[in-house]
Amino acid sequence: MNLLATIRIALNALRVNKLRSILTMLGIIIGVAAVITMIAVGAGAQQRVEEQIKNLGSNLMIILPGSTTSSGVRLGAGANQSLTDDDAAAIVREIPEVQVAAPSNRRTEQVVASGANWSTSIYGVNPDYFEAREWPLQSGRMFDQAELSGNAKVALIGQTAAKQLFGDLDPVDQTIRIRKVPFTIIGVLERKGQSMMGQDQDDVVMLPLSTARNRLFGNTQGKLRRVGTIQVKVREGASMQVAEERIRELLRQRQRTQPGQDDAFTVRNLTELLQAQEESSRIMTLLLAAVASVSLLVGGIGIMNIMLVSVTERTREIGLRMAVGARGSDILTQFLVEAMTLSLIGGFAGIVLGVTGSWLVGEMTGWATRMSPESIVLAVGFSAGIGIFFGFYPARKAASLLPIQALRYE
Amino acid sequence: MSLIRTAGLAKEYVMGTNVVHALRGVSVDIGEGEFVAIMGASGSGKSTFMNLLGCLDRPTSGEYFLAGEPVATMSADALAAIRNRRIGFVFQQFNLLPRTSALDNVELPLLYAGVPAAERRQRAAQRLAEVGLGGRADHHPAQLSGGQQQRVAIARALANNPSLILADEPTGALDSRTSIEIMALLQKLNRDGMTIVMVTHEHDVAAFASRIVTFRDGHVISDEANQPNDAQAELTRSGASA
Repeated sequence: MNLLATIRIALNALRVNKLRSILTMLGIIIGVAAVITMIAVGAGAQQRVEEQIKNLGSNLMIILPGSTTSSGVRLGAGANQSLTDDDAAAIVREIPEVQVAAPSNRRTEQVVASGANWSTSIYGVNPDYFEAREWPLQSGRMFDQAELSGNAKVALIGQTAAKQLFGDLDPVDQTIRIRKVPFTIIGVLERKGQSMMGQDQDDVVMLPLSTARNRLFGNTQGKLRRVGTIQVKVREGASMQVAEERIRELLRQRQRTQPGQDDAFTVRNLTELLQAQEESSRIMTLLLAAVASVSLLVGGIGIMNIMLVSVTERTREIGLRMAVGARGSDILTQFLVEAMTLSLIGGFAGIVLGVTGSWLVGEMTGWATRMSPESIVLAVGFSAGIGIFFGFYPARKAASLLPIQALRYE
Repeated sequence: MSLIRTAGLAKEYVMGTNVVHALRGVSVDIGEGEFVAIMGASGSGKSTFMNLLGCLDRPTSGEYFLAGEPVATMSADALAAIRNRRIGFVFQQFNLLPRTSALDNVELPLLYAGVPAAERRQRAAQRLAEVGLGGRADHHPAQLSGGQQQRVAIARALANNPSLILADEPTGALDSRTSIEIMALLQKLNRDGMTIVMVTHEHDVAAFASRIVTFRDGHVISDEANQPNDAQAELTRSGASA
């Protein structure tokens, strides 16, 4: 008796017992779908945090002027509390771990374009700033050297601000007015999305640092070189902690802070903050994976039960088949093919349901979901393995009986 | 030459700590073309004997030659081949595959014999026609009466041209008229040369056989020829009186 005929017998047996076949598959379908969906939700949350880190710029630190907020008493009297361009330059020059230290000033202003106006954040920055934030241009060009040193009336614009001021129009070469000063837009920044605090990072207009200071922010000569924040990018592979410690030391030295006095500045290590968040989302993924494993286990037991029952109750059928001339190997092949067919169809349906489920969860809750091939392989492999084993094992037992024992099985 | 020859055939079952001697050394010869009824009360060993003849069970001791071949020492696969090619079974409870057409049920032994599909169809259809069910080939067992189901089972037993039909209480689940119909069918097969061994505990049914072997407590207590009643004649008579 050839293999093809046995396969035909198996498929026929599945076809004539549709309800039993569907019920058997259901266990596999639900097990696979649950695991895929849960891991997709967990992995999606983790990916979102990872993306936030990437958006922020990797290895980023922000230095803010002013004493630390954690100290109850301010001891900074007499010390120079402000950060300057020179501090930024010194950080890059003297600390080998630092790749870029970009000073910036920020202020909120009303921006007027032809026919629209919008209140947005105006930044004075150097090209270093974009390197630190890993924030490329979508179109147009960066400030050139002459513009940076010559107080040129040029601007880069973020996506949100561009949309508010120009709608669908290309903002490049358009003119905007800030406090009646006209600026020509020379470039549009890539979309950056929300910050961790939920701020729209694309609602900005960027001017050269010198332009912003001299033409807009109206700093007096003495305060001219003061900066609002310094964005520090630490070199790939260098320790954030070491860099932070060196920066702190350098700035204390430059500001002549006495030992025992609090810092007159704050170093915020945003990456660490995000790493903490990433850690918690990893724990969530682990938790989801644990729940998924349990559902896989429960699903597996379900598959096992229905397979055991449906094959055991067919012991008489096996006896009859042997009585009319089936060999043990014919019976085994038939039940193996049946179990494999159920497991594979069930596994495939489970994948479809799981992928749809993940998508649906994403659509309905707005959570990011990410399908992982490993979870699909794991879920299908495990369920199919259980299905095949427990479809095969009782059949093997029955086939090893004498035909009369199988025929008389109650 | 006898088709079946057993010598000292014995079967013991172990039930817990008890050993049940179901069969205590049975020696019987059955020739080709005989129609033998095996009788006895329940527990007499007649079913055990039948199962051994059908190679569904293995004897504890003794010898069994089927068409001269020593069956007792054969491998499981060789026994499967014997059951497939030489023996056709008819069971009390019909044992048809549910939700499967009559034709597919009859095809089953041919499937395991590796007969090509077209020939399988054709032979199965022919067997169904022979038992008078040519028009019900696509009916499922649930759509057939008990007598019709037993006819399908007989067609299945005949499918692979066996040399022996073993019927275990073939009328046990049927009313008396249907029983006589089935016996008429078996008598017709026997007249055409088929060897039939049938287990029954009803004298009425055994009366249709040409030889009656009676079992008690694992022994053969009588083995005598019988002038068989003609089942077809009985049917005609009762049909006329009805």
